[in-house]
Amino acid sequence: MSESAIALNRFGIGARPDDPAPTNPKRWLIDQFDRYEPRPAVWAALPPIAQLADDYAQVRMEVRQAPKDDPAKKDARKEMRRDARQNYQDAVNARAASALTAAAPFVERLVWFWANHFAVSADKATVVPFAGNFEAEAIRPHVLGRFEDLLLAAERHAAMMLYLDQAQSIGPDSIMARRAAMNNPGRQRGLNENLAREIMELHTLGVRTGYSQADVTEFARALTGWSVGGLGRGGGRPGGPNQGDPGEYLFRPGLHEPGARTIMGRSYTQVGEAQAEAILHDLAVAPATARHIATKLARHFVADDPPPALVDRLSAAFLQSGGDLPKVYRVLIDAPEAWAAGASKFKTPWEWSISAMRGIGMREIGQMQVAPMLNQLGQPVWRPGSPAGFDDVAASWAAPDALVRRVEVAQRFAQRVGDRLDARKLGATLMPGTIAPATEQAIGRAESPVTGLALLLVSPEFQRR
Amino acid sequence: MMIRRQFLRFSAIGAGALLVAPRLALAAAQTDRRFLFVIQRGAADGLNTVIPYADPAYAQLRGALAIDPTTATKLDAQFALHPSLVEIGKMHGAGQALFVHAVASPYRERSHFDAQNVLETGGTAPYRLRDGWLNRLTGMMTAQKEEAIAFAPTVPMALRGPADVTSYAPSALPQATDDLLARVGDLYTEDAQLDPLWRSAMATRGMAGENGPKQDPASLGKLAAGFLAKPDGPRIAMIETGGWDTHSGQAGRLAAQLKALDVMLANLRDGLGPVWNDTVVLVATEFGRTAAANGTGGTDHGTGSAAMLIGGAVKGGRVVADWPGLAQANLLDGRDLKPTAQLDALIAGAAGETFGIDPPRVARTLFADAVPRPMTGLVRT
Repeated sequence: MSESAIALNRFGIGARPDDPAPTNPKRWLIDQFDRYEPRPAVWAALPPIAQLADDYAQVRMEVRQAPKDDPAKKDARKEMRRDARQNYQDAVNARAASALTAAAPFVERLVWFWANHFAVSADKATVVPFAGNFEAEAIRPHVLGRFEDLLLAAERHAAMMLYLDQAQSIGPDSIMARRAAMNNPGRQRGLNENLAREIMELHTLGVRTGYSQADVTEFARALTGWSVGGLGRGGGRPGGPNQGDPGEYLFRPGLHEPGARTIMGRSYTQVGEAQAEAILHDLAVAPATARHIATKLARHFVADDPPPALVDRLSAAFLQSGGDLPKVYRVLIDAPEAWAAGASKFKTPWEWSISAMRGIGMREIGQMQVAPMLNQLGQPVWRPGSPAGFDDVAASWAAPDALVRRVEVAQRFAQRVGDRLDARKLGATLMPGTIAPATEQAIGRAESPVTGLALLLVSPEFQRR
Repeated sequence: MMIRRQFLRFSAIGAGALLVAPRLALAAAQTDRRFLFVIQRGAADGLNTVIPYADPAYAQLRGALAIDPTTATKLDAQFALHPSLVEIGKMHGAGQALFVHAVASPYRERSHFDAQNVLETGGTAPYRLRDGWLNRLTGMMTAQKEEAIAFAPTVPMALRGPADVTSYAPSALPQATDDLLARVGDLYTEDAQLDPLWRSAMATRGMAGENGPKQDPASLGKLAAGFLAKPDGPRIAMIETGGWDTHSGQAGRLAAQLKALDVMLANLRDGLGPVWNDTVVLVATEFGRTAAANGTGGTDHGTGSAAMLIGGAVKGGRVVADWPGLAQANLLDGRDLKPTAQLDALIAGAAGETFGIDPPRVARTLFADAVPRPMTGLVRT
């Protein structure tokens, strides 16, 4: 792989037929920091969180209020699911559309990386309408900022708080819990430690880095009161007169567990929402966090088994800069390990489909529905099976059936444009200096231009970055 | 489909392959038994699956989440089955389902991902081993290739490793032309990673036959039965199920999850016909959930859970449990069902007895880090 092919594919998200090969690949990458658009038009056209939350709360209310066994209840429920799915699919289409013409493809890749690091999953019904907004509002504006700000934005977004049950967590000794216990002693209300655990295990420190079950529980207590406005019960429980702005982060003091907390030997005496903020601040700059993030970045950009020396350097840059992300990315760009010629990363289904769509020159997605296609390819967008997000190693994606699906999709893509693009020349544009003679020969011998293009899209070279 | 498979033998493997044992040699497997591993990802709640209704602490710990034993299928004087498991209840009645309770892998922390890695690799610590126990079991089989299959688009950790395995999941995409498939086979010939994957995919497609593109639990059960019933089909298989992580709103979600499992296994049984008598299905999860309900109508990450052995070859109709009790003093760390049985011992015993391979040898091969003493008397011999 040539350096320009590496810049376009390993750091970027795949070239377009009319992209000139970058003459100074490192410069080309760094310059993208100034060109990145956090809110391009296709994203801006999606409904804002307030509208999503309002609509959602309203149909939920209709569902709840319709009398049991009334056909109207069934209809309302159906409508709720349909609306949620529509919001989700529109957002998936926007994600793909913005990638087709991205002004800063390297930063676009970073958006995908971070959205997967802070994974929310539309496997949970309440998350479905908000998954796209999570990426738009919590991830996109912060990928070139400080890790701490990204962390805070991600944990406070409605999608994350609903996904990891934070919106329902109640301090056992909070005002609300006491009042509720008096009114209705039978019902249980209390703590949910899901978000606290995943923040420590997945988002910051990493698993097996020295925190205990007691630390998780203490952190969960500190997080009580962090909630979502305007969604009522099930989203956030009613916390008094202040219901907040629909879908926005809302601190409900009545749910907060009073008292100081001790986490990993450090004491947090802050009152209210500032307590969890202080804990998140410490987690954001902890050495274990630096190493965790460094390892994941090195795995994403360099190799399934990240080179230890590179992890050390990335980790040091993270710590020295207090989590200033562009400083960390610059170390990555400067890393000789990242410019090694052999393509070591097998593309995920998402990476492969976007690079294929870019490769055949698509500028907009038109009538295409991206979400069902990614389901078929085995990586449903914003729907990883767990809060750990999708795996970032070849063993998870290079599988017999998965390859056949790519061939099926490649054939469909090629049928769209196969008569307009010359696959024999396109390979050198998309992956300068990369295509092996055997691949060139196979493409050249194909029975039709369409088959030739499909072969290019599933070639060993194109499957990797 | 046959055309595609034949084409593959000529072009992708090459003419030389015709001199090697053909794929139909699978029929020469030393056993006609089938072993299917169903993983429940997300820590399934064993206490509400196989309900210890006679334990006085159960109803108290679970509160509103406790299953009313009058609605559940009684298994014996101590345990009852979740009401969603209608068909599995019938299998129990027919002596074809066995439940092991208070069981756990060697893992004692609370991370799903680490725990699944331990369960699937058969190691004692996460990420120490690079291959899975189901793949090592596949390596112990006498037949040649395509002995094992995952009904999923990709290969799960338990099946990854040196032994050749394949994967299949129905697809709703329009099929690629035979010409393109053949050319892709040629294109991958020199690629050490893609070539074996592609060959395996083409062979599996040939076996899938007329199965439709549906992905619901009933179709999945039928699909698996279609593969496993074939005389030259795989003998080892794996199915992944997700969605068992119930931190909130557990009652409805667990009922739906168990219903899906029940439907899938019933369709597997029906689809297998007489082959069901040669089948053993292991259903297991990475760890259990807290003994007490949490504050949001769910349960959190725990330790001990329940596993199932299901199939016509199982010596079923019983619950195997050295019940530790749910009184506060008997809980692990004051919050979890204390494990008294080893999942590894269950796996080694069940796999060994299923295939008639000496279970201690299976235990050594599958669990080299800490060799368990296999459980015995699980499967008809």
